[in-house]
Amino acid sequence: MSKVIEVTDRNFEQEVLRSDLPIEVDFWAPWCGPCRMVSPIYDKLSEEYDGRFKFCKLNVDENQQTAMKYQIMSIPMQMFFANGQKVDEILGAVPESTIRTMVDGILQSFPTDEKGSSKSS
Amino acid sequence: MTRYEVIIIGGGPAGLTAGLYTSRAGLKSLLVERGALGGQMMNATLVENYPGFPEGISGSELGSLMYRQAARYGLEAVTAEVTGLTQGQPYSVSTTEGNFEATAIVIAAGSEYRKLGVAGEKRLSGRGVSYCATCDGFFFRNREIAVVGGGDTAITDALELTQYARKVYVIHRRDQLRAGQLLQQRAFAHSKLKFIWSMVVEEVLGEKMVNGLKLRNVETGQQSILKVDGVFVAIGLTPNSQTFSNILELENTGHITTDERLATSTPGVFAAGDIRQNSLRQIGTAVGDGVTAAISAFNYLQETRKSS
Repeated sequence: MSKVIEVTDRNFEQEVLRSDLPIEVDFWAPWCGPCRMVSPIYDKLSEEYDGRFKFCKLNVDENQQTAMKYQIMSIPMQMFFANGQKVDEILGAVPESTIRTMVDGILQSFPTDEKGSSKSS
Repeated sequence: MTRYEVIIIGGGPAGLTAGLYTSRAGLKSLLVERGALGGQMMNATLVENYPGFPEGISGSELGSLMYRQAARYGLEAVTAEVTGLTQGQPYSVSTTEGNFEATAIVIAAGSEYRKLGVAGEKRLSGRGVSYCATCDGFFFRNREIAVVGGGDTAITDALELTQYARKVYVIHRRDQLRAGQLLQQRAFAHSKLKFIWSMVVEEVLGEKMVNGLKLRNVETGQQSILKVDGVFVAIGLTPNSQTFSNILELENTGHITTDERLATSTPGVFAAGDIRQNSLRQIGTAVGDGVTAAISAFNYLQETRKSS
């Protein structure tokens, strides 16, 4: 079962910026074909990294405030956050290995303890 | 390691059709796709030129129907990126999900958007430079934008973008379009479209976001600046053939060289769809290629069985 969390303008702050775990947010829209190509990858990674890394998706059509705040002009766009800050991004539909490398890299820079919280650096 | 009779690389219309035919012929078949099944069809909001669907059909729905049909006959599918193809009998296909072996291979890995290859393009990708009008048109409401290209895709994109943008410039390096007549008529009649002929993009301008394009007239060499907030690049496709260049003969364009049976330079390896030379890049022709490659793979397997 996918553990990808739907985030919105309303809960973005709580779910993403105040998250204890490092986070990926997939900015997508229903009309975007390539978005549908990457979403199964996130479903899979969300199970695999459960408890260590959080995977979210935000529908840019329904949540334009957040999309504008992060100046999204092209989707699929994946942004990565840790400790309330944006740390990196991946633009477009990319292979699973590219995403995995990014997630593992972020986990190294922002290690999580046994309880699943980021150690403050 | 699971041994297959046929491995199909790529899950667009060519690969899915090849998979339908090989599975239905009783061959143990695996399809490897890195994204979602359907390939580039996923980008098509409405497919109007694939027979059997008089009202048109969305590309993603067509993809999922094709997959269901093939799966009924036992086609297996895995989501993985192919990282290498090793010659030998059996062939070994290395992927991000492990290695798989097969006697015959059908490569239907398709192609990707071609880039302009000019300064500023990469830096401003996702900041006003886009390769997918369907995906990103939404972000350019009431803006002035440009489409680069003169083929069917460029004109379809330009027309689609008029739903959002205030004005859409079509920049083309020639003085006439390559797009089909019907599209041209629609485009020339559209009040929001403006054509810029015989110009190429030399640079994408802007610090954090695109704010213009530096253009050059191909006849006079004269340079000019066009103020736009976005640029959609639709100048064709480039084949995803690099992974196979070590064992297969490629054309100068990067497409895989094939004969009329879609056999490549390496026995037992066949190529279908966009990735092969002279492809017309239609769903219909990709489907036809899938059939041809599958039957060729079937015949190859029969022959190798006889000789062993």
